[in-house]
Amino acid sequence: MPTTANPSTLAKTWRKPRSLRDRAMTVLAGACLVVALIPLVWLLTFVTVRGISRFDFALFTQLPPAPGMAGGGLANALVGTIMVLLVAMAISVPFGLLGAIYLSEFGRDSFWARRVRFATNTLNGVPSIISGLFVYALLVRSGLTGYSALAGGCALAVLMLPTIVRTAEEALRLVPQDLRWASLGAGASEYQTVVGVVLPSAAPAIVTGITLSIARAAGETAPLIFTALFSPFWAENFREPVASLAVLVYNFASVPFAPQQDLAWAAALILILMVLVTNVLATLFIRRRSQ
Amino acid sequence: MTASNHTPTLNAADLQIHYGSHLAVRDVSLDIAGASITALIGPSGCGKSSVLRCFNRLNDLIPSFRLEGKVAYQGQDLYARHIDPIEVRRRIGMVFQKANPFPKSIFANVAFGAKVTRYTGNMEELVENCLRRSALWDEVKDKLDESGLSLSGGQRQRLCIARTLAAEPEVILMDEPCSALDPLSTRKIEELMLSLKEHYTIVIVTHNLSQARRVADYTAFFNTEEADGAMVGYLAEFAETESIFESPQHEVTRDYVAGRFG
Amino acid sequence: MTAATHTRERSPGERRLDRALVLATRVSAGAVWGVLFLMTVIIVYTALPAIREFGLGFLASTAWNPAAGREVYGALPMIYGTVVSSTIALLIAVPLGLGSAIFLNEDFLPERIRYVLISLIELLAAIPSVIYGLWGIFVVIPILKDVGNWLHLNLGFIPLFGTASVGPGMLPAAVVLSIMILPITTSLSRSSLAAVPPDLREAALGLGATRWEAVFRVLVPAAFSGIAGGVLLALGRAMGETMATTMIIGNSNELSFSLLAPGNTLASLIANQFGEATGLQVSSLMYAALVLMFMTVLVNILAQMIVKSVRLRNQ
Repeated sequence: MPTTANPSTLAKTWRKPRSLRDRAMTVLAGACLVVALIPLVWLLTFVTVRGISRFDFALFTQLPPAPGMAGGGLANALVGTIMVLLVAMAISVPFGLLGAIYLSEFGRDSFWARRVRFATNTLNGVPSIISGLFVYALLVRSGLTGYSALAGGCALAVLMLPTIVRTAEEALRLVPQDLRWASLGAGASEYQTVVGVVLPSAAPAIVTGITLSIARAAGETAPLIFTALFSPFWAENFREPVASLAVLVYNFASVPFAPQQDLAWAAALILILMVLVTNVLATLFIRRRSQ
Repeated sequence: MTASNHTPTLNAADLQIHYGSHLAVRDVSLDIAGASITALIGPSGCGKSSVLRCFNRLNDLIPSFRLEGKVAYQGQDLYARHIDPIEVRRRIGMVFQKANPFPKSIFANVAFGAKVTRYTGNMEELVENCLRRSALWDEVKDKLDESGLSLSGGQRQRLCIARTLAAEPEVILMDEPCSALDPLSTRKIEELMLSLKEHYTIVIVTHNLSQARRVADYTAFFNTEEADGAMVGYLAEFAETESIFESPQHEVTRDYVAGRFG
Repeated sequence: MTAATHTRERSPGERRLDRALVLATRVSAGAVWGVLFLMTVIIVYTALPAIREFGLGFLASTAWNPAAGREVYGALPMIYGTVVSSTIALLIAVPLGLGSAIFLNEDFLPERIRYVLISLIELLAAIPSVIYGLWGIFVVIPILKDVGNWLHLNLGFIPLFGTASVGPGMLPAAVVLSIMILPITTSLSRSSLAAVPPDLREAALGLGATRWEAVFRVLVPAAFSGIAGGVLLALGRAMGETMATTMIIGNSNELSFSLLAPGNTLASLIANQFGEATGLQVSSLMYAALVLMFMTVLVNILAQMIVKSVRLRNQ
């Protein structure tokens, strides 16, 4: 065993099956990445090229044209998306944040906290169209709100709630335990500790997480088609149907009129830019803080 | 260093180790004898672990790592272009400071060492043999299917040694294998090293001077010095263990083994 | 006694604030359960007429006829479509995603390029599905129409290619689904691989394993729970995906084994018909929603269990 082996076998040879297999695997894995990236890059460039041609002043200020007419814009859908998102935020942010505080500060690994985490993950896996149906049956059909920005916002809130709970809990858990002990040790109350010490130090990460989840909710279509519906006009208030960018893409994708299709591509590009900008800002922000 | 079985197996000549632009270790020349235990000692940051890792090219994993000089095993330059680092690591095994069993069963952990070398014999026999040689068999023979992570710290480290033995290396490098263990487990590992040195060449990095004294035939003392505002490690003295501890040639060695710094 | 005057008693108001905070957080955490519970109750309640009318036969019947007077509903073609489209999507996306994840987790590319690619993939996971649908209509359908017709002409004897391609259909829907779930599969697999302690890789390489032996025998097994959980999450997402499939699958309620024929999934059935539905059709669609919810929640719970059980075993 000790020093009998032939020293020459230390050398590399390409003919060894082992080296060949390793090279083949590397090539194969690289090919996977290339194949995976092709359609994704294709999609990004295609949407950009088709969408950018309609980026003009009218796009952001005018209503969609009547079928068969040219020109116009998607200003009402832009406003509608913001309205729906405002409603969704007003509901999901407070509940989500408080729920996350329960999980990280009070519940921790207790029986109930684990049950809540399970429910959060499960709700997160419920298809988005189901939250649309749920809000339809609860608010629209019952006449509580009818088809409206309010109903659409509620449907999006159902989707955002689990995401916000999860990202906020992760952010809160990253706050060093010492900080809590220091605060409680100095005689601060639970409220003072959470509101004065824990939340402020987790705030940047929480805000980042919430921003990302809003950007994601902005593109959700399925929950809106039976709740916020669509409207070719300006929204007067929160209690009537509103247009949104996402539903506009869906509705105008399958009409035979080129001006409408162009608007669909422009709306798609706006949605992608929203995701892109928030993602880039979030990454820069996180990187800056971690340095 | 006259006996015929003490011809140098591993050898470093004018070794310099850089990480990026930082020179970490300079001018190490060292001949390590076969079928013996050589200890590398010295204060933190003296580069003893870096030197150890050069011997089986594990430093290749660090992108900024760069080496000058020559490291040879049985006369072959380990860093020559035509050398296969995988082959080097199969012949020169490594046991790490932190015991790192795979999240697999005890049996699978040991068998892994044999599988990478395409061992075709009786796997049960080999696993038992390796576990016996690493003095772990009696403690685990009834629970070979349990996760390697279910073992205690000392047992984990012996499992890692068994895993290394299963790859049938000729040299075993050990990077502070006992630094995280209690005295009892440390004693077991030391006994194990002494029983293994008949068949293997062992190089051990240790912080524990009495451990070096107990197990090593030869001891290399590394020290640090300041150069251009950075700490650089160098080989201060290398001799038989007894002479390092009893009659060191350099003052700095005397101070270190007497516990005056480090 | 004089010392006591320095230690201010906590005022009742302060205590009330403490209790109110704890209570508010409990209520909000409970709200997650509340939503889940209310959602199930309301969907079951709205579906009740259809459940009474068709019973479990709904799951096995292929009829879907909303014509007044002869109304009859069965969801088998949509259940079949949901399972088939998401399975094909997984078969395409998992190997590609895992391969990409491993490639990005190794040091083949310079750090910077890897970072850009990883961010790009994470970004793509956030693109709304309606955009994948739009792109699918204008790009994927035309390409796959030609491919499909070639398959039908040359391999038409296989039932999977038994009909000519009309454009929209099961195959383009599955392909777009696979492209959609590729980013999440890749990024979840990669983060599981990246979470494997680096000393395991060192241990494997230290024993003389090659790079790919270390990958397949140590890294992938150690990351298995995360990868499997991620695959199941992707499956759940594919099954519940609505917009992209609705726009591409063709929305035909006939059961066809040909991948080139139009089909339907539960989600796209609902999206497509709910707007004009009345009476029994509404509750049948709710019944379909209940089936979909059951399927996706099951997959989701399975994912959570795998992640948990493997984590327990390794500790």
